[in-house]
Amino acid sequence: MKAARGTQRLALGVLLAALATLCSAAEIPLSERRSGYADLGRETKAMQDDDTANPGMLSVLEGEELWKTKSGTEVKACADCHGDARASMKGVAARYPAFDASRGRPVNLEQRINICQAERQQAKPSAYESKELLALTAFVAMQSRGEPIAPPDDARLTPFREAGRQLFFRRQGQLNLGCNQCHDDNWSKRLAGNLIPQAHPTGYPIYRLEWQSIGSLQRRLRNCMTGLRAQPYEFGAPENVDMELYLMWRARGLPVETPAVRP
Amino acid sequence: MSLATVQPLATHAEDALHPYQVVGDAIPASLTGKPGDPARGRAIVANRQNTCLLCHSGPFPEERHQGNLSPSLQGAGARWTAAELRLRMVDASRLNPATIMPSYYQVEGLTRVAGAWRGKPILSAEQIEDVVSYLSTLRD
Repeated sequence: MKAARGTQRLALGVLLAALATLCSAAEIPLSERRSGYADLGRETKAMQDDDTANPGMLSVLEGEELWKTKSGTEVKACADCHGDARASMKGVAARYPAFDASRGRPVNLEQRINICQAERQQAKPSAYESKELLALTAFVAMQSRGEPIAPPDDARLTPFREAGRQLFFRRQGQLNLGCNQCHDDNWSKRLAGNLIPQAHPTGYPIYRLEWQSIGSLQRRLRNCMTGLRAQPYEFGAPENVDMELYLMWRARGLPVETPAVRP
Repeated sequence: MSLATVQPLATHAEDALHPYQVVGDAIPASLTGKPGDPARGRAIVANRQNTCLLCHSGPFPEERHQGNLSPSLQGAGARWTAAELRLRMVDASRLNPATIMPSYYQVEGLTRVAGAWRGKPILSAEQIEDVVSYLSTLRD
C-alpha cells in the first residue's frame, strides 16, 4: 500500500514538474520589466540621482578628459573625429553591442572603443576592466542617460542574440542553475539577504558598493558565474558579448542609467 | 513492496560517491551505512558556504540573512521521512526536473563546473547523513 501511494505521489510529482517547466519557460512580460533601481534603498537611490554624490561620476569625469586627450601614433583624440560627445555619442550605448562587419560578430561598447583606439589612433588598446577603458566607456554611455535601450534591428545579430539566450537558460556550475531560474522566475525574492533583481543591464559601467569601484557588465556576469560555482568566461569572450546582446534585448525600452549605483 | 516501484540502481562511476538505491520517492538506506549526527547537521545547514540558507529559512535565530525562494525547513521532519529527505538532498531533480534545488550528491551531467568544485558533490555522503538526521528532528 505504501508503495502504491509512493507511485501515485511520484506520478503527481512528474505532472507538477511538467507544469512548472511550462510556467517557468515564460519570460517576464515587457510591462513588468523594471530596473534594479526600483528596489534600491532610499540612500542608494539618492547616491545615483545626485551627480555630486554618485561615485561613478569620478570615472565619467576621467573619461571626459581622456576623450579630449590626443593619443597613439596618429596623435588624435576621440574628440578630433567625434566632436562633442554630448551630441555624437547620444544614444550609442543604448544600441550596443552592435555588429562589426570586419569581425563578423557583435562587439560591445568597450570593444568598440578599443577598436577605435587601435585602428584610428594607432594607440595601444586598453585592457578590459582597466581604469581608462571603464572611464571612457562610462563617459560615452552617460551620453545616453535617459534614452530607452534600443537594440538595433539587424538580422546579422540574431544568431548571436540567440546564443546569448541559450546561455541565459543553460544550467551550469556545481549548483546547476540557469540565469533564468533566479532572474526570470524568482526576481523580487531574497537570496539570503539579497533581493534578486530582474538583471537588466541598464546602468553599466556601474558603481557597485560591494566592489567599492566601477565595473563592467562582464565583471558582473563573471561574479554571477562564480556564485554558481561555474567557470566564468574571460573578459571579451564571445560568450560574454552574446550574453550582453541578449540582456540588452531583454531590457529593451528601459532607460539607460549610466553611471548606475548598486549594492 | 512491489518491484515496479524500485528504480534501477543509480550508477555512479566516481569513486568519491557511494552507490545508493532509490525506492519510490526515497532512498531508504544511509549513504554511509551509519546514522548521521544532528548537531553536525545543524551546523552544516547554518553555514552559508553550504548554500542551504541562500534559498531556505529555518529555525536559526542567529542567522540574520535567510532566503525565501524555497519552503522553510521548519517542520521538514514532520513532512518527510528520513528516506524521503535523503532523496530530496541527493537528487531532487529526480522528483521535479525543473526544481531550483541542486542535487547535492551528484558530479555527472553538470556544465562548466569551476576547477575547485569539479568532480566533487556539493556535500559529502557523511554531511548529507548529518543534515538528514538534523532535518528529521524538525518536527513542528
